[in-house]
Amino acid sequence: MPEHRLVDHDLNRLRDKVLLIGGEAERAVAEAMQAFISRDSQRARAVVDHDDAIDAIELEIDDLCIDVLALRPPVAGDLRFVMTCARIAPVLERIADHACNVARHALALNLEPQVKPFIDLPEMGRLAVEMVHASMDAFATRDVSQARALILRDHRIDDLYNQIFRELLTYMIEDPRTISRATHLLFAAKHLERIADYVKNVCEQVVYMVEGRVIKHVGIE
Amino acid sequence: MMTKAKLAMPVNLLEKSTAEPMKRPALDSKVTIEQLNFFYGPVQVLFDISLTMPSRRVTAFIGPSGCGKSTLLRTLNRMNDIIPHARLQGRVKIDGTDIYQTGMDVVRLRQRVGMIFQKSNPFPRSIFENVAYGLRINQLVRSRRELDERVEQALQQAALWDEVKDRLKESAFGLSGGQQQRLCIARALAIRPDVILMDEPASALDPIATQKIEELIVRLKEEYTVVIVTHNMQQAARVSDHTAFFWMGRLIEFDPTEKMFTKPAHQMTEDYITGRFG
Repeated sequence: MPEHRLVDHDLNRLRDKVLLIGGEAERAVAEAMQAFISRDSQRARAVVDHDDAIDAIELEIDDLCIDVLALRPPVAGDLRFVMTCARIAPVLERIADHACNVARHALALNLEPQVKPFIDLPEMGRLAVEMVHASMDAFATRDVSQARALILRDHRIDDLYNQIFRELLTYMIEDPRTISRATHLLFAAKHLERIADYVKNVCEQVVYMVEGRVIKHVGIE
Repeated sequence: MMTKAKLAMPVNLLEKSTAEPMKRPALDSKVTIEQLNFFYGPVQVLFDISLTMPSRRVTAFIGPSGCGKSTLLRTLNRMNDIIPHARLQGRVKIDGTDIYQTGMDVVRLRQRVGMIFQKSNPFPRSIFENVAYGLRINQLVRSRRELDERVEQALQQAALWDEVKDRLKESAFGLSGGQQQRLCIARALAIRPDVILMDEPASALDPIATQKIEELIVRLKEEYTVVIVTHNMQQAARVSDHTAFFWMGRLIEFDPTEKMFTKPAHQMTEDYITGRFG
């Protein structure tokens, strides 16, 4: 049995690139949240500026997938791996886009006084970063139990978002001058909630990659 | 034990040779192999194979060299009978009739189960005569007009008519490799078989000729049951409806091709089709 196939070189490169973009997306979310909480505009700008580099990795993954499909037509597990990479790279890139949006809201909010102390938002951010990280772990180690567990964790972020929404409504009702700032905060929370949804999509693909089972739209049952 | 062929004619295998081809309803199973073991002298090369191939579908046999796929293919029209010391146990049924039963007319069987080989083997005759040959020796036509019609029909079915209709009297050796292979397919089709066996039919052809053969195979299944042996995994994926994977004389997996190439049930199949072992 040969230890190394020609296609392995490409598949390994593909895996490394996906882990790279995943790591970059995770860092973007973490940095955007730090910038948000510490009201650090310079840090927020750095997140936005770095987005082009993340977009470039997505394009590289796209090219690699096309090359592998054209030159070494993969089948079975290899095919599912390539399809998974092709599908999750844009998802991870979008996670980074949402991180940029959080940073942009931070830049806007930093021009005005803080509307309220941040309590649930940092928790949402922490959870989002943790989930992105764990999804990349599940991908790298082909751990479907971890992927399934993460899918179930999505509701925690949803709960926090709903809590923030309700709380901010009270601020806005009480003092309409806070509407603009509260809306920025609400948007930031919404971006974090979307990031968790995207993590869920990544995990669904990990299950497909390992088991060949399609669980999106039908749930993990 | 392998039975000796006799010339007595079995019932339902032999009734179609001169009849017009007609659309037959698709059957669940055309070829059924039951607990088949095969030996070359003392060496067993096929082990307990059971497999049902559906009617009017393409079934591909894949597996590494020496896994027994060609041997199995050749049991389907008793081509192995001519090999000394070859021995078969088990049953091969076509439309429910055991083709190894006593009294089976092997010549008629091979009319019903045609075979295309890896290397095209046209006769040293004209294009027309190559296709007409089987019809003549088997006395399957009653007039010259009928002969002409059957030859044209077979060449059209083999997607060769347009390329050769103006040079039917020319030698078959003047055709390209791909055309020669399609001529052999036309020759097999002329006697209106039910089942067509193909042993790596495109392995010696360039990509364009290969594509033509593959398109032809896909079209042929509208009327025929096709069984193809191929080393080319992409070819199996492209043309077949079902794929059987063999390893060391054993059937490892038999599944719809789509499943086989996206989510095989056995690790061994996965390892083979992804090139993890040769």
